[in-house]
Amino acid sequence: MEELDAEPPLMVVPGVDSAARQLCFEWGPAEMLVCETLFGGRGGCRRAAVGRPLGDRWAGSALPCPGQCGRPAGRGPPAPTRFLAGAGEGRPSSSCVFVVRKDQDIYVQTLRKLFNESHGIFIGLQRSEEEFAGKSRKTQLVQVSKNYRSVIRACMEDMHQAAVSARDPALHSQYSTQVSILSAMELIWNLCEILFVEAAVAGPLLLRLLDWVRLHVCDVDNMVREVLSSENPSKHELFWNVVDIFVLQGRMDEARHLLSKEASANPTSVNMCRILDDLMKKMPVPSLGNTQTLTEMELKWQHWHEECQRYLQDGTFASNSHMESICKILLGDENAILEKKELMTTWYHFLVTRLLYSHPTVKPMELRFYAQSSMDLFLGGESSPEPLDTILMAAFEFEMHQVIKECSIALSNWWFVAHLTDLLDHCKLLQSHNLYFGSNMREFLLLEYASGLFSHYSLWQLGVDYFDHCPEYGRVYLELHIERIPLNTEQKALKVLRICEQRQMHEQVRSICKIMAMKALRNNRLGSALSWSIRAKDAAFATLISDRFLKDYCEKGCFSDLDLIDNLGPSMLLSDRLTFLGKYREFHRLYGEKRFSEAAKLLLMLMTAHIAPCSFWMTLLTDALPLLEQKEVIFSAEQTYELMRCLEDLTAGKSDKQKFQDDDVETMKVEMLRLALARNLARVIVKEGTLEGS
Amino acid sequence: MASPAPPGHAHCPASLSLLARRRRAAAANQQRRRQAGGRSRREVVVVAAARAMEDVCAKFVSQKVSKARWRPLPAAALQPPDIFATGSWDNEDNRISIWSVGDLGSVGLNGEYQGEPQLLCDIRHSGDVMDMQFLDQERVVVASSTGNVTIFRHHQNNQTLSTNQRWEKAHYHVDRSASCGGAACTGVICNNPEVVTVGEDGRINLLRADQKDAVRTIDNADSSTLHAVTFLRTTEILTVNSIGQLKIWDLRQQRNEPSQIFSLTGDRVPLHCVDRHPNQQHIVATGGQDGMLSIWDIRQGTMPVSLLNAHEAEMWEVHFHPSNPDHLFTCSEDGSLWHWDTSTSVAEKPSFLHQGGRSTTYFSHNTINQSLVSAWLSNDPTKDRMEITNLIPNQTLSVNSLDILGPCLVYGTDAEAIYVNRHLFA
Repeated sequence: MEELDAEPPLMVVPGVDSAARQLCFEWGPAEMLVCETLFGGRGGCRRAAVGRPLGDRWAGSALPCPGQCGRPAGRGPPAPTRFLAGAGEGRPSSSCVFVVRKDQDIYVQTLRKLFNESHGIFIGLQRSEEEFAGKSRKTQLVQVSKNYRSVIRACMEDMHQAAVSARDPALHSQYSTQVSILSAMELIWNLCEILFVEAAVAGPLLLRLLDWVRLHVCDVDNMVREVLSSENPSKHELFWNVVDIFVLQGRMDEARHLLSKEASANPTSVNMCRILDDLMKKMPVPSLGNTQTLTEMELKWQHWHEECQRYLQDGTFASNSHMESICKILLGDENAILEKKELMTTWYHFLVTRLLYSHPTVKPMELRFYAQSSMDLFLGGESSPEPLDTILMAAFEFEMHQVIKECSIALSNWWFVAHLTDLLDHCKLLQSHNLYFGSNMREFLLLEYASGLFSHYSLWQLGVDYFDHCPEYGRVYLELHIERIPLNTEQKALKVLRICEQRQMHEQVRSICKIMAMKALRNNRLGSALSWSIRAKDAAFATLISDRFLKDYCEKGCFSDLDLIDNLGPSMLLSDRLTFLGKYREFHRLYGEKRFSEAAKLLLMLMTAHIAPCSFWMTLLTDALPLLEQKEVIFSAEQTYELMRCLEDLTAGKSDKQKFQDDDVETMKVEMLRLALARNLARVIVKEGTLEGS
Repeated sequence: MASPAPPGHAHCPASLSLLARRRRAAAANQQRRRQAGGRSRREVVVVAAARAMEDVCAKFVSQKVSKARWRPLPAAALQPPDIFATGSWDNEDNRISIWSVGDLGSVGLNGEYQGEPQLLCDIRHSGDVMDMQFLDQERVVVASSTGNVTIFRHHQNNQTLSTNQRWEKAHYHVDRSASCGGAACTGVICNNPEVVTVGEDGRINLLRADQKDAVRTIDNADSSTLHAVTFLRTTEILTVNSIGQLKIWDLRQQRNEPSQIFSLTGDRVPLHCVDRHPNQQHIVATGGQDGMLSIWDIRQGTMPVSLLNAHEAEMWEVHFHPSNPDHLFTCSEDGSLWHWDTSTSVAEKPSFLHQGGRSTTYFSHNTINQSLVSAWLSNDPTKDRMEITNLIPNQTLSVNSLDILGPCLVYGTDAEAIYVNRHLFA
């Protein structure tokens, strides 16, 4: 895998006339914007190769070190379907912006079931880490693999239903394509499960492969039903086809059952049928348990093989070509098997049949030779292997990385490779392999898949957990993606916040709260805005909102949102201004409750401790007026002096120029205050003097 | 097996239940609560795995489910509910769907229900479904993130849904006429024909199903976001908000002020859901952002009677069982759904140990319960126990909504699945 990938193929965005104009583009984390431009009309690249490297580019620019090019799975678009060009109605004019998305499959409604259900399995697998050891660990991994497959199958059935019920032919073919992709995925996964996850050894290996073929060649069942439901099964034109298929798939009991029908219908062939039946019955099969050794099995096999040979040579079946060919198949005669090409439909069926009748104790490492020759024999140079064939071949060759690479190129989604690679990684099969960029392959593919999920309007939540299990770059990716989620309701914001808080992503928490606070502020919801900034511990913003509250108070003469301000509690300490707001409101409450001396003390404290902003001092002093004018004396002499000092500080602080600009109201206020203070002082001196004297 | 257990743990067969310690809210120590809750939680999960698998059937629906509600049963009905509605959120195309959990014909031999929910009909809904309540057998009221409140009618003869009534932008920010001026309507509650809605704009609307205009609107009822609403009595409602307050509003009074305000101590943790005890109206349960379950006695004090440390993240919904209120159900963002059972603390049941940790009968306690102080308010340490079961093993994504009626439970998750359990008390 160290070779660099070839030139990226060109991808044409429908509706863009790249020959006539230049294109410009902007990368996003999940999609790319492309538009036509007239910039720099001369020279330069006249065509934009819109490959797949959205992830690359973004990783290259935002992350510290991953390479800018090269990916394990080949560069460039594996299939045109992976692109989705939106807004593509446009004429070739520069007024259109095209949205190029990377992963079309994400948008298939039915596949969402696959994504969601497999997400649960994925999480379960990550959590199960090292719970078991040795044999039970393998059992567990095989179970996980089977769970994944059953999800694929369930999804396939749903998709099939959708295809059947779709009236629109375009939709129907789209669903059908998806069904065939899913079925190919399941086929590959199953083979990987046998060869890599379970790592079946010689003997059981063949049984597993037989199961694999039986599971995926299901045309036979319909044929059997048709034959058996006919009046006279053995006279049915497909009768021998069905028997052959059973034999080719090693389903001996079923083949013998059909043979018995032939025997009862055709007295002349009774003897022949009996002998063939006997051969089939005696055929030795590898056992799943440890009841027999391989040598034992091979001995039995040799013996049985010779017996078949004898019957063939002495012409027992000469009168019936069907039975003779079956006998030849039992002997593993390649030509006889190849004659049934039509019934097997695929080269891997041929391979398994061939192994069954000539090398039943094949070892995993020998598979590659048989696989290659089977494919060559079966295709016979007539057709070249398709992507699926190459993938299966790579699996038979135990080239795990090749399998993943080919799958990435051939399949239209990242789901498959990401999950398969993760599973293989848990089987400790991929450890030795390191990419020369980024992290390891598992992480690379998971990141790709999760990024695709994040580009979806609604599947982003699944992506979070995948990023969590990418130790190296997962967090950086998550940080970049999570900030780009549109927050249309507070509830959604809370969900995103929870994700960030759980992962101690303080920067993102602050940014989300700030966005929400700004929104609330714009909507004139000061209370909400304050709550959000308190949650973000954003002192500056809290100050800003507190000022708004105070401004409102100055204008209207009463506080809004009392339920909030009265309940600030310890969060009041977030910013000085907020503290002032809370305390000032407390002063109003005390005053309202006629607890004058406490109110007076608080008011004075607000100024002397410099909690109140200077601009607000005049208001505070004015608030002191009614307290000074009360019948009983409230401010002590000490306090009155303090108040006077505050007033003088305030007036002295202003320059002469400002004084001239002050209107009459202000001057009058100061005069009134001075008068009230002087009178209060006079009263308090008398009172305190009297008290001392008595 | 029959080894003598210490008296305090008589109801605690190993790892099958737990004792939730309660204490006065004022004396509650956050740190200690967390530790106690954390320990017990893990035990609970183990319980669930074996139990929940048997009876629950799941269906993946290709949309994130924000609400799930059983259709109410006619007064005389004896059979369990079989129809429920769901609403989706955060989709480009949100939908209201009506589901059937099959007729009695598909019940298996051993009485276990086999089939999964079948979609009867669905209809597009603009915006996220924020809340949903059945008004009657046929009509369901839906609150939208666009600020709209819509009544959909389910035509049972031809299985279709249609819009019956709509209040455009019942909740709005500064400018109602602006194209995006709507504010999310976060909660709705019905008492046919009355519908009360609350929203992010801090507004309370009193609507009537048959009137185009709101009967009454309280602007600026709350300075923060109102998260949920429920009826306390026919003329009084309860709201919870994002600064941890529980408010009672008397709709007979013309004053636009709450008649009472309750609040959590100090830390202003937002409350997300509220439910009232079906028989004893002074008992109210709320769920908060930190996953805490608070029980309030609105006759006394301004603080919760007890705080129970529960989920690890936002508690999205809390429901008393409508006919058997010793049982309470809560669900949370952390992907768990808890069944709280206080029935054991009222009626001592020595047989409990042999029932494998399950409450056996669920009708019998109603009468006993009425005469005693409710188990939810009890502070007697000797009776102070509660059995809690997590009904979801292998939790992953948020459980956004649940509904409980008779022996049936339905819940919906962000993992795009709905789950139905028809034998909750089996």
